[in-house]
Amino acid sequence: MIKDRLLKSLYVSLWLTVLTFPVMVIRVNTIEDTVTWRWGNLLLILIGSYVFSLIWNYALERQERGKKVKTNKLSIKIKEIKATVSQSRPMKISGLAAVLAAVFLFPFLTSFYQMSIMNTALMYVMLGLGLNITIGLGGILNLGYIAFFMVGSYSYALLNQAIGLNFWIALPIGGLVALIFGIIVAVPVLRLRGDYLAIVTLAFGEIMRIVVENWSSLTGGPSGIRSIPRPAIPGVDLNLIDTAKLVYFIMIVLAAFTILITLRLKDSRIGRALIAMREDEIACQSMGINITKVKVIAFALGAVFAGVAGVVFAANTTFINPASFTLWESVLVLCIVVLGGMGSIPGVIFAALVLKLMPEYLRAFSEYRMLVFGAVLVIMMVFKPGGLIPEKRKHYNFTNKDAADFEEEDV
Amino acid sequence: MGFDYFFKLFIGGLTKGSIYALIAIGYTMVYGIIGLINFAHGEVYMIGAFTALIVAGILSVLNLPMFAVLMIAVVIAMIFSAGYGFTLEKIAYKPLRNAPRLSALISAIGMSIFLQNYVLLAQTSNFLPYPDMIPDFAFLEPIKQTLRTTQLIILVVTAIVMILLTLLIKFTKIGKAMRATSQDRVMAMLTGVNVNRVISVTFVIGSSIAALGGVLICSHTGRTHFYIGFLVGIKAFVAAVLGGIGSIPGAVLGSFVLGFTESFGAGYISSDYEDVFAFVILILILTFRPDGILGKSTKQKA
Repeated sequence: MIKDRLLKSLYVSLWLTVLTFPVMVIRVNTIEDTVTWRWGNLLLILIGSYVFSLIWNYALERQERGKKVKTNKLSIKIKEIKATVSQSRPMKISGLAAVLAAVFLFPFLTSFYQMSIMNTALMYVMLGLGLNITIGLGGILNLGYIAFFMVGSYSYALLNQAIGLNFWIALPIGGLVALIFGIIVAVPVLRLRGDYLAIVTLAFGEIMRIVVENWSSLTGGPSGIRSIPRPAIPGVDLNLIDTAKLVYFIMIVLAAFTILITLRLKDSRIGRALIAMREDEIACQSMGINITKVKVIAFALGAVFAGVAGVVFAANTTFINPASFTLWESVLVLCIVVLGGMGSIPGVIFAALVLKLMPEYLRAFSEYRMLVFGAVLVIMMVFKPGGLIPEKRKHYNFTNKDAADFEEEDV
Repeated sequence: MGFDYFFKLFIGGLTKGSIYALIAIGYTMVYGIIGLINFAHGEVYMIGAFTALIVAGILSVLNLPMFAVLMIAVVIAMIFSAGYGFTLEKIAYKPLRNAPRLSALISAIGMSIFLQNYVLLAQTSNFLPYPDMIPDFAFLEPIKQTLRTTQLIILVVTAIVMILLTLLIKFTKIGKAMRATSQDRVMAMLTGVNVNRVISVTFVIGSSIAALGGVLICSHTGRTHFYIGFLVGIKAFVAAVLGGIGSIPGAVLGSFVLGFTESFGAGYISSDYEDVFAFVILILILTFRPDGILGKSTKQKA
């Protein structure tokens, strides 16, 4: 059995070595007309892919076995402990308090550098949460999401240039403009489903970016817009570090607001309609839900949060250009939602922080980070498709003990 | 802006269309059989171009005739790209065959990012001049400005590939198995079709055609880069959707529609908005004909 496994991995690694031979071993430079042979890489691939294949096969086998119910004593015990911890009120409250304290104290304990990284990460938390409404709840794959983010930042930058619009007023206006764009995009999307829908949203995202890039008289073209004012409190003089702290708290408040809206939405009539549409469009329609209306809502609501986050982005970086809003950014936000677990709020927050913070702290491996990022996406989807923290569906728990007083519980 | 200009744009559109067609076929075949957008397909095309570049680089010391170098480079590039297509299906798609569509899509995007950066790290981030492997035909000398040799070769090769592929799918046993699998995978399995093999063959054929496209296009543009696969990949996918994804004649038709739109749009309106024309026509066609030009107008399943 073990011998079979080792042999199988050997074949796999030999195959991969042959396959990657031209790209890994030979490097042809047609500028200087040189050919470099790097035989060291051959050994690297051979050993690396052997180990990788062993682990991969083992994990696949384990996953298949894991589908049977776990009867391990230890795992049952852990489950029980988890259940008691998550159900006891004091535990919940103290956990929440600890998180709140950490969130509040963070800007006072860390450096400016840490904080500016955190600010960017928080913007992606908000983007992730916004897209979570469209994809996680509504099941609509939006590959042009970053365009709404762009709409938000450009509406602040342009309105500020034109009429000197204040940051605080721009926040809702950015959201509103994004909402309008969201509705415009939603109209042709309504008739489409699945992959067609995804590719149309992708097309819209790209069109908006290219138009911004080429409409130089309005948007400054590829060189973008400079010296956008940072957020300020009237009458208070803020230095750079204070402003970063301010942005941090703005983002925390906005993220909390997004979470609140999502939570309330999930339990509302619209939210339930969204989830029904995600599960089965035809069944949903036959239950009397107006699919058209629900789709527009899913799209537009997601867009609003991106627009608001965009305003903060423009104010935080003080410089925007179309290069910050490429398709890859949309893909990144999509990955945040899927990695975290579609529909799961803690999952999305966690994934946004991991995906945005990890590359910053792994600067030493910056060359390899995109390589690792790609591999992580594949591995996650194969072994943990529900995301890091899968969504927990609301359900009712009945035991003999409390059957008398029907108690609703969020498990 | 006379007839010559129009003819030049026409040839340009035809070339572009053939390029997209060579890549779009891979997309549409894979989609037809497993219902998955193979995002990494553009990367396979890029790897094909790189492999041919490497092979040509090694062979250049042997002083072989140009034609022999081209042939060897193309064949090796096709074999290796087919290998990549085969392997990436086994790693990134096969375990996800029964998973939700979105998971498979994310996995494909991950594979695409991985392959791009793999070539970036193992080779170079620079634009490399592509070896001039296709000699100029003497008889095209007078009209060199409108029709270049590489363009003519791309057109001819695309036509030959189309015909061979149609014959393969219509008349061979594996073609029959492919059609059966795309109609109903479970039923095909019940009638004794080895579905795994059919899927592998699809990936192998699609990838090797993409590699052929890669070599021809890089010879035409004269340079290559690790990022070339991405945008062309997206455009080819747009072409496949335009024509009605899953249908091979549709992919070819969609590619030509896209090629002409881009060429004439850039030539007569503005070259800055070249990419916008492609996307606008996509939105228009999908809004009025959601299943594409040649798509089956059956209701899509969610």
